[in-house]
Amino acid sequence: MMNKTSERPNMHLHLKIWRQLNAAAPGKFVSYEKENVSPDMSFLEMLDELNEHLIKTGGDPVAFDSDCREGICGMCGLVINGQAHGPRRATTTCQLHMRSFNDGDTITIEPWRAKAFPVVRDLVVDRSAFDRIIQAGGYVSVNAGNAQDANALPISKYNSDLAMDAASCIGCGACVAACPNASASLFTSAKVSQLALLPQGLVERKERAINMVSQMDLEGFGDCSNYGECEAACPKEISISNIARMKREYVRAALTSA
Amino acid sequence: MTLDAKIPVGPIQEKWDKHRFNMKLVNPANKRKYTIIVVGTGLAGASAAASLGELGYNVQNFCIQDSPRRAHSIAAQGGINAAKNYPNDGDSVWRLFYDTVKGGDYRSREANVYRLAQVSNNIIDQCVAQGVPFAREYGGLLSNRSFGGAQVSRTFYARGQTGQQLLLGAYSSLSRQIKEKKVAMFTRHEMLDLVVIDGKARGIVTRNLITGKIESFAADAVLLATGGYGNVYYLSTNAVNSNATAVWRAHKRGAYFANPCFVQIHPTCIPVTGDHQSKLTLMSESLRNDGRVWVPKAKGDKRPANEIPEEERDYYLERRYPAFGNLVPRDIASRAAKQVCDEGRGVGKTGLAVYLDFADAIKRLGRKAIEEKYGNLFEMYERITDENPYNVPMRIFPAIHYTMGGLWVDYNLQSTVPGLFVLGEANFSDHGANRLGASALMQGLADGYFVAPYTVGNYIGSNKFEPVTTDHPAFKASEKEVDDLVKKLLAVNGTKTAHELNRELGLIMWEYVGMGRSEEGLKKALEEIPKLREEFWKSIKVAGTGETLNQNLEEAGRLADYLELAELIARDALNRRESCGGHFREESQTPEGEAKRDDENYSYVAAWEFKGTEEAPELHKESLTFEHVPLTQRSYK
Repeated sequence: MMNKTSERPNMHLHLKIWRQLNAAAPGKFVSYEKENVSPDMSFLEMLDELNEHLIKTGGDPVAFDSDCREGICGMCGLVINGQAHGPRRATTTCQLHMRSFNDGDTITIEPWRAKAFPVVRDLVVDRSAFDRIIQAGGYVSVNAGNAQDANALPISKYNSDLAMDAASCIGCGACVAACPNASASLFTSAKVSQLALLPQGLVERKERAINMVSQMDLEGFGDCSNYGECEAACPKEISISNIARMKREYVRAALTSA
Repeated sequence: MTLDAKIPVGPIQEKWDKHRFNMKLVNPANKRKYTIIVVGTGLAGASAAASLGELGYNVQNFCIQDSPRRAHSIAAQGGINAAKNYPNDGDSVWRLFYDTVKGGDYRSREANVYRLAQVSNNIIDQCVAQGVPFAREYGGLLSNRSFGGAQVSRTFYARGQTGQQLLLGAYSSLSRQIKEKKVAMFTRHEMLDLVVIDGKARGIVTRNLITGKIESFAADAVLLATGGYGNVYYLSTNAVNSNATAVWRAHKRGAYFANPCFVQIHPTCIPVTGDHQSKLTLMSESLRNDGRVWVPKAKGDKRPANEIPEEERDYYLERRYPAFGNLVPRDIASRAAKQVCDEGRGVGKTGLAVYLDFADAIKRLGRKAIEEKYGNLFEMYERITDENPYNVPMRIFPAIHYTMGGLWVDYNLQSTVPGLFVLGEANFSDHGANRLGASALMQGLADGYFVAPYTVGNYIGSNKFEPVTTDHPAFKASEKEVDDLVKKLLAVNGTKTAHELNRELGLIMWEYVGMGRSEEGLKKALEEIPKLREEFWKSIKVAGTGETLNQNLEEAGRLADYLELAELIARDALNRRESCGGHFREESQTPEGEAKRDDENYSYVAAWEFKGTEEAPELHKESLTFEHVPLTQRSYK
């Protein structure tokens, strides 16, 4: 079998982890030594083990968010050595494995940093701003029971696939964490695009573009200056072309709204 | 108390329509006078909260995550079934109904399953209208694929992320109701008790996971859509925060627990690599459309897969089940994998794995076609295992995935506590002893969009509600119990962590209440589990305090409930001296090693009534009758 890593010996790592009691308290980096790290472990399993040790020795375990641990729920997200979700392309923190690191490495671990994502504790942040952006218009207004037959309206595979590409967004917030302006444009544009590409979304496209963009500004996210860091950090490889589409939708709505 | 499933009379095709007509309605102007609590924001919870909000009720919706979009429905990969018959391959509501009852090994309620098949088509319509980007053909129409236990293609999908797309659809509807102020959303709130006043469910007590504050919420009805209890086994495909606390606390307040031993073990998961493992990852059943399952014919054959010639391979599913081949239902595929591994023919380092091989499919369809269908799953596999499944076969092994058992509900999805409704995986209703692939999404959305909005309205319309506030003594008593439990957990200050003890529980469960269960093993489990529970209360160590975000405290509280529920699972398994679906009793098998049901003695739902943590629960039986799907020994040969 091509099992390259399981032959690798376990590693000793130096961790520098951001610790912060709550949103109001000042935070700081604390250093930990982590021995016996198997290359087959996921990054979060490595932190689980650190926490097990901290609990047993009367310490204070590191708070971090995670849930599905298969890269789809969007709950996890750490800045690892300055990179949102760490060094591997198209990979959430929970899917990053320790084989991406080497014995003796120092690993710096921080929370997402953005004004609109206040720290809750340690590596946990409050991303409710994302929910409010969706509430501002990231839906089609269709009550349960209102729908016509699903095949009544053919949709070109091309557009449907593009909509699916945008809809793959997991709402993790890496785009915000990676952006020098802490802009939520990639996140917001993914939903605007998905619905703009489908006939079901067209009735409300103007209000949607304007309301979602306004909410994004209201939450304190920065503007997009086309750095492209968001696309590079996105674990689902959402394309920055969605931001261009959102800008078109916004301008179109602003110019044609009564 | 005798169990009354409240199945409407009349022909099965007309039951739901007639029932909808007979149910009480609530005047639109009056709906806003009622408050309904929905716990959970997965497919069932989000769709129910949104739909009830759309109808005009005041809804309070709770979840433990930071956003309702995180619920574990999001991880469902393969698809959702519906009886659309778009491929013109012979599907119908009747066939979906038939396949689901048969797939469940005749331990589900015919009337519920028929209704599920009926509303399945509305679900697809609804989701498309929401903008769910299902896979399409070049002509612009929806695409279908096949799943286990069916000989038609009735599964709708959105790449390998169907659950995500359906959940985000429900979340978008929920978001709209939050914006309209018809739903109040409470994130990072964990339900820790159900409050029952004058025999009716009237609210819940929660812990705010950020501040630690214990809070009460009063309502006229409570809906639980909190998912399954697979994490009793520690390692499962569930999310790490998926837990049984809401249903277990409701059980302790009077809701019967039905068929807890019906646990689904999914055949295609990535095998365990070591003690550090925190969860197991599923590889979608849809892969069995194109992947071929095999092991070497010879025991202990340690050659790399590509060096084992065709004639020395055993494609055991195709050999044993020629009619369904690699697409036999999950319970059958899992058991077959266990059997070949028990024979010493398992592959990989541990010998606890079988191959799922795509070489033939890549040869036949080309790599690009395979990439298009399964690209994200192949990438996920490679990230976890560091092996490229385009070049070497996947190694897979069964893992705990889904729980068919759950709180007992009647046809209206109401539990034995009036006003407490249970939806989705948290109830027991539609899948019998084995759930077919792509049916969980169907059931969650059926319950939330198309069943509960009617039946909850009927409950509201046919009852009088005394005004109740959270100052009621029942809320105060419940808050104190919850608070005492938190303090008790923190006070033990022992030497073992929640992870360690949960892992120990998981090993007991997997060994004795896993894929093969025997009287001897189950009795052993019933000795071991109470011992471990005792040890838990002596040796658990919880860090920190109750007044802050404390994930360790959350884990310990959930484990305390698993240690009680685990015993009920084992007890139910011991009681059911037959093999059916995911429940395989070693004592009850055919000469070929297939599951052997005992319809004469066990054609019933086992609903357990809580009598106290150290008391034996009382068994109530709801007998099952099969008028439309003849009881036969299930065969996929």
